[in-house]
Amino acid sequence: MTQDNSPSSAEPIVHMAKVNKSFGDLHVLKDIDLTIQPGEVVVVIGASGSGKSTLIRCINGLEEFQHGHIEVDGNELLPNGRSSRALQRIRTEVGMVFQQFNLFPHLSVLDNVSLAPMKVRGWSRTDAVETAERLLERVGIADQARKYPSQLSGGQQQRVALARALAMEPRLMLFDEPTSALDPEMIGEVLDAMRELAREGMTMVVVTHEMGFAREVADRVVYIHKGEIVEQAAPDVLFDSPQHERTQNFLSRVLKH
Amino acid sequence: MDVTFQFDWEAAFASIPFLLKGIPYTLLISFGGLAIGFLIGILFGLLRISPIAWLRIPAVAYIEIFRGTPVLVQVLFIFYGLPQLLGGPINALVAGIAAIAVNSGAYISEIVRGGVQSIDRGQREASLSLGLSRTQAFRYIIWPQAFRRMIPPLGNQGIISIKDTSLFSVIGVGELVRQGQVYIATTFNALEVYLMVALLYLAITLSLSFALRLLERKGLVGQ
Repeated sequence: MTQDNSPSSAEPIVHMAKVNKSFGDLHVLKDIDLTIQPGEVVVVIGASGSGKSTLIRCINGLEEFQHGHIEVDGNELLPNGRSSRALQRIRTEVGMVFQQFNLFPHLSVLDNVSLAPMKVRGWSRTDAVETAERLLERVGIADQARKYPSQLSGGQQQRVALARALAMEPRLMLFDEPTSALDPEMIGEVLDAMRELAREGMTMVVVTHEMGFAREVADRVVYIHKGEIVEQAAPDVLFDSPQHERTQNFLSRVLKH
Repeated sequence: MDVTFQFDWEAAFASIPFLLKGIPYTLLISFGGLAIGFLIGILFGLLRISPIAWLRIPAVAYIEIFRGTPVLVQVLFIFYGLPQLLGGPINALVAGIAAIAVNSGAYISEIVRGGVQSIDRGQREASLSLGLSRTQAFRYIIWPQAFRRMIPPLGNQGIISIKDTSLFSVIGVGELVRQGQVYIATTFNALEVYLMVALLYLAITLSLSFALRLLERKGLVGQ
């Protein structure tokens, strides 16, 4: 039952077994088996519509699945959304950064970052604000704390979104195409912040088209095609000597330019 | 055609003190009804978008019934019809407030539904991904944004309901139109008095428009 694709014997932080999901007739995830160890950085690549976003959205229950088993940090997610208490615990421990940032436009940058620690973790305003300011400092936008999201550039907004997720002190971070909505000149600043986070040992699952980032930062790259994991390996192995024809085709298309 | 008619300004101004006595009733029916209508609107607007059918269906029925029938018929039903069921008369003022409440409540339900549904799905997903409960996500993230978007249509509804109260002269509430009719019955200055009545409505609705514009401008910060 347990398919182990990681050498470590430590307790995995994410364990997905035979996960299947359909939207109506469309079978978007097929028998997904994926195990992620604490501290690992896993990059998921694949064509658009391959199911890679759906895959990571299943980890924090933003998408339901119909069959299979997902365990995140010791909490079991059941098929068809029948696990609200575990879901709440998982979401408290798992941070997420979205393609479209999804900052709260009616709240200042500081309130965006400090809201969840106060309402979910029950921190005092003083503690939450102090943490928020420290995190904004860390992602390089401390001077923007009193502004509203619409007053910031895309790259700054995405860094606020990163700080907002980190404020909950997550054990795992999910990134759903974090740079796809950014102007080219702003991609670097977001990737730098993510690189920094990886260096500090954060467990990360990243869906991206940034192959350079994947090669440099990932411990493992997972290639997904039409809802199936085709191949997964260390980045130099996967990029330089892919085993499957599908992977070779995909890489030849994305790496050519 | 003999056009020797002279607009009698003196008569027009003379009617104002009498007409002003109707304003408190007009305002009480309008704003009392709208306040209750707003509460009804929040409740039924949210029920309307519930995934649970037995919560959603009564809300749809309520909205369709009270949006699809004239407010005049509603007030006549409440004032003349309901007493037959209840076995006692209903105060005309109460009947007026109730009619505005159930009528505006139906429209406001749709405004609430539209406002909440207009908020991007990503806002809810971001809230839930941070560990907020669905109730917290609604209270801190969805509702404040939805409410801002609801202000302009709520203003429209307010103005419509204020004007609707003019129909309630038929049940004898001493509101603005009723006061005008009573005054004209003794002076016959229909032109002058109805012009004054119209101007007084305009004064109320323009004040509301102005107040809403201020509120909207304030609310736009950070959008």
